[in-house]
Amino acid sequence: MDVNIGVLAFQGAIDEHLDMLNKCNVKAIKVKKVEDLDEINGLILPGGESTTIGSFLERKNMIEPIKKFAKKGYPVMGTCAGLVLLAKQVEGQDKAFLQLMNITVRRNAFGRQKDSFESYLDIPEIGKEEFKGVFIRAPLITRTGDKVKKLCSVDGKIVAAREENLIVGAFHPELTDDIRWHKYFVNMSKYA
Amino acid sequence: MVEKGTYRVKKGMASMQKGGVIMDVTTAEEAIIAEKSGAVAVMALEKVPADIRAGGGVARMADPVVIEEIMSAVSIPVMAKARIGHFVEAKILESLEIDYIDESEVLTPADERYHIDKHKFNVPFVCGARNLGEALRRVGEGAAMLRTKGEAGTGNVVEAVKHMRTVMSDIRKVVNMPDDELMTEAKELGAPYELLKEVKEQGRLPVVNFAAGGVATPADAALMMHLGADGVFVGSGIFKSGNPEKRAEAIVEAATNYEDYSHLAEVSKNLGEAMVGINISDIDDEQRMQDRGW
Repeated sequence: MDVNIGVLAFQGAIDEHLDMLNKCNVKAIKVKKVEDLDEINGLILPGGESTTIGSFLERKNMIEPIKKFAKKGYPVMGTCAGLVLLAKQVEGQDKAFLQLMNITVRRNAFGRQKDSFESYLDIPEIGKEEFKGVFIRAPLITRTGDKVKKLCSVDGKIVAAREENLIVGAFHPELTDDIRWHKYFVNMSKYA
Repeated sequence: MVEKGTYRVKKGMASMQKGGVIMDVTTAEEAIIAEKSGAVAVMALEKVPADIRAGGGVARMADPVVIEEIMSAVSIPVMAKARIGHFVEAKILESLEIDYIDESEVLTPADERYHIDKHKFNVPFVCGARNLGEALRRVGEGAAMLRTKGEAGTGNVVEAVKHMRTVMSDIRKVVNMPDDELMTEAKELGAPYELLKEVKEQGRLPVVNFAAGGVATPADAALMMHLGADGVFVGSGIFKSGNPEKRAEAIVEAATNYEDYSHLAEVSKNLGEAMVGINISDIDDEQRMQDRGW
């Protein structure tokens, strides 16, 4: 079955995700408007600045269409800023954007840019071998709802999770050469 | 094991800024306006380039108080400028936990021969460049992001265009060059050979490259994106204009939707007075900021 994966393409590490999808042998599409959602089986919300990407989602009236897309059962993946966009609640902010996933997140949870780091991660869901986690001004998940499955943590802090067709990671798999995280998402999209 | 300050996290930070607009701000209030408009980062400064130009004298790193006020006002990354070669200003900025340092020709250079060894820092650096050789020398020194120089504080995009076209055409030339010509090209450009090889293989610069210097309108920002910029710095153009809120948002829209001309037309409407521009020929050679750095 042909699978088309979209990458929300307002701002951030868009090309890096498109490259990873090409390496997974699926068609990658830039998503900039509501109609683009009709072409895809899965959507990636990339890393970037969550406030910037969030304000584009509002200005382009894409909040409700993406919610609908996810509620139809199509997989949505959030990377770093994308994780913040998907969360039901953001600590210290009255406002959350898509509010699709039953988690609370803390932005810039590891500190400012000088505290950005790389660390090997244990993510059983994608394989036995450790995965290189690249954390840039990264958020973390401070609360998870009943249906949320924790996929990975660093020092006891949750940095990746899945709730049904939604998957989030605080790190940047698109900045490595390891395609397993993207493969995992592509597989979710195949059976959606 | 956790590793901080790796080149990958420095470069990665710049990747997260792509497609975005970085705005010069001098107060917390301006920083909040910039963040609301959708800026991906702000540059904390005492004076924007137009005022530095008008004021004359020696331009130095901003007062840490100004920088700290701006850092506590916004959640987006905050950058600040150090003088070329002034590694102590850079260390001070790093100790303030700034997210990015701009080793900038807009300030008066502190060293007429050497740039900062940027590998020694945990925070990433952005540096200006006018051509491929200059760009790769800065990357060789450890810059994690580049920006074309343009001519800051003029509201005149002509030099930014010239530098972006030069960098892009230098890259195209290298991409089409047989391998056995690369070493001589490296010598002629004054560029590290290994980095030049990387440019040939990847077909692009090893790090993100933004346009800067003279961007004043949404159309200017879109033009720079068409020419190959990964994003745009706007200095004096926003807070020296009649309606900063509206212009800031319009420039953010333009950087993302640079191929949608009817949208560009919409966002260009009723922005009020643009900053007054300066013709490059009216600026004496010694007042030209772009010639600083090498």
